[in-house]
Amino acid sequence: MITRLEVQETNKMIEESKLDVRTITLGISLQDCADSNIEKLNKKIYDKITKTAKDLVKTGEEIEREFGIPIVNKRISVTPISIVAAGCRTDSYVSIAHTLDRAAKEVGVNFIGGFSALVQKGCNSSDKILIKSIPQALAETQRVCSSVNLGSTRTGINMDAVKEMGDIIKRTAEATKDKDSIGCAKLVVFCNAPEDNPFMAGAFHGVGERECVINVGVSGPGVVKKALETVKGKDFETLCETVKKTAFKITRVGQLVAKEASKRLNVPFGIIDLSLAPTPAIGDSIAEILEEMGLERAGAPGTTAALALLNDNVKKGGVMASSYVGGLSGAFIPVSEDQGMIKAVEAGALSLEKLEAMTCVCSVGLDMIAIPGDTSKETISGIIADEMAIGMVNSKTTAVRIIPVIGKKEGDIVEFGGLLGYAPIMSVNNFSCKEFIQRGGRIPAPIHSFKN
Amino acid sequence: MKGIITVVGKDRVGIIAKVCTLLSERNINILDISQTIVQGFFNMMMIVDLSNSTETFEKNEEDLERLGEKIGVVIKLQREEIFNTMHRI
Repeated sequence: MITRLEVQETNKMIEESKLDVRTITLGISLQDCADSNIEKLNKKIYDKITKTAKDLVKTGEEIEREFGIPIVNKRISVTPISIVAAGCRTDSYVSIAHTLDRAAKEVGVNFIGGFSALVQKGCNSSDKILIKSIPQALAETQRVCSSVNLGSTRTGINMDAVKEMGDIIKRTAEATKDKDSIGCAKLVVFCNAPEDNPFMAGAFHGVGERECVINVGVSGPGVVKKALETVKGKDFETLCETVKKTAFKITRVGQLVAKEASKRLNVPFGIIDLSLAPTPAIGDSIAEILEEMGLERAGAPGTTAALALLNDNVKKGGVMASSYVGGLSGAFIPVSEDQGMIKAVEAGALSLEKLEAMTCVCSVGLDMIAIPGDTSKETISGIIADEMAIGMVNSKTTAVRIIPVIGKKEGDIVEFGGLLGYAPIMSVNNFSCKEFIQRGGRIPAPIHSFKN
Repeated sequence: MKGIITVVGKDRVGIIAKVCTLLSERNINILDISQTIVQGFFNMMMIVDLSNSTETFEKNEEDLERLGEKIGVVIKLQREEIFNTMHRI
């Protein structure tokens, strides 16, 4: 029988260390909505989403109450719109973004992901329409998230699309400049994008997925930090064991919530995403875990090693706790959403280059990084290309969610609000990469991708 | 269905009595109680069987929370599974 101490431990994790389930994301296939008439397509999309997800928020809240565990977000991911709308006779998909936004509002979810295109090897005509629609779509909607997969280990990097996305990110920033360029916070580019990721902005419902599916993202940086406080000064074996055991406990809660949601919604369970996801709240920070390991500030020498061991042991503990693990499953290091990261940037301990190095050992890449609004589109493409190369060569997911804040310069502060937090504008290396980016074409797949 | 009730707060006369009265009125059976008081701080855990409860889980949870507010302690009712899943393989 369960003991009082165990009950106390769990409730302390929830109350003091902010243990929560970060998101229940309902993936919905929209492939059967295809229609050559855009109005009919929009109607089918709206009807399908609102019908399939009508009980999502209510069920999430019931589970929260009964188990006493907060479920912070209930969200929806859909089939990449460039695929759904490919047969449509139109030159803009902005109206589809509006439809997604309306549907999300109707069912009460705060974000809907899937205004996406997969162009790792090349763009078809539908992908081109989607990419061109992104700035206006993100400026005119609140809840829609967009992602574009630009490269993969198997195919190499589509440098034409990398070049284009530098421009699209700038345009999106311009289109939302009255709101600190927040449109870019809802836009992410990937290398090796996972098709079952429950986290925004990069969630979409992959084409290899079934009709609908429940994916769950767990969290709990605060719990890991609290656990590490008990092993101060101990060796790495002890450190790793502690992370592993904590990750196991966190993930078990995610698994329970996922199974319960799947049963109540009568939707199959897909995966648990083992990512440690910070929030702007004090004590819910990845940077603070790194500091607890013995670094003065995130970004100090040793940071990459500390992040590598954290990420690896979260996976080792988490894998045993869940029957299916997927999605991104790594540590998130978004600057604006992590109080410790913000402090590290402000103190001058953490640079864009160090963050890039850190993305070699964790899954998500350059995330929620605010840069000066006058950064050129080629420089943004260059930053993307570097990150894509890390993903491609290391057979891992990497991403870039970068916000050139129009009208702001290095050292200024930008406020996004809510879960997106605030961020100091970071310094960018402005030596030109224009000629490199303007070459166009593709970077071929790396030699170790030929495994057959 | 089993639930775990936790009561945390400053000790005073009649905490257990008040919680137990509410439970008995709703036909909720207590399977186990354990409690300690450290420096005047009351900490109790109960395992209860809600299978024959006359009220829904949600209503029980809400009313216990309200009772806690009235007598100045924090009372939570949670399904047992969250603890079992976390602490038992």
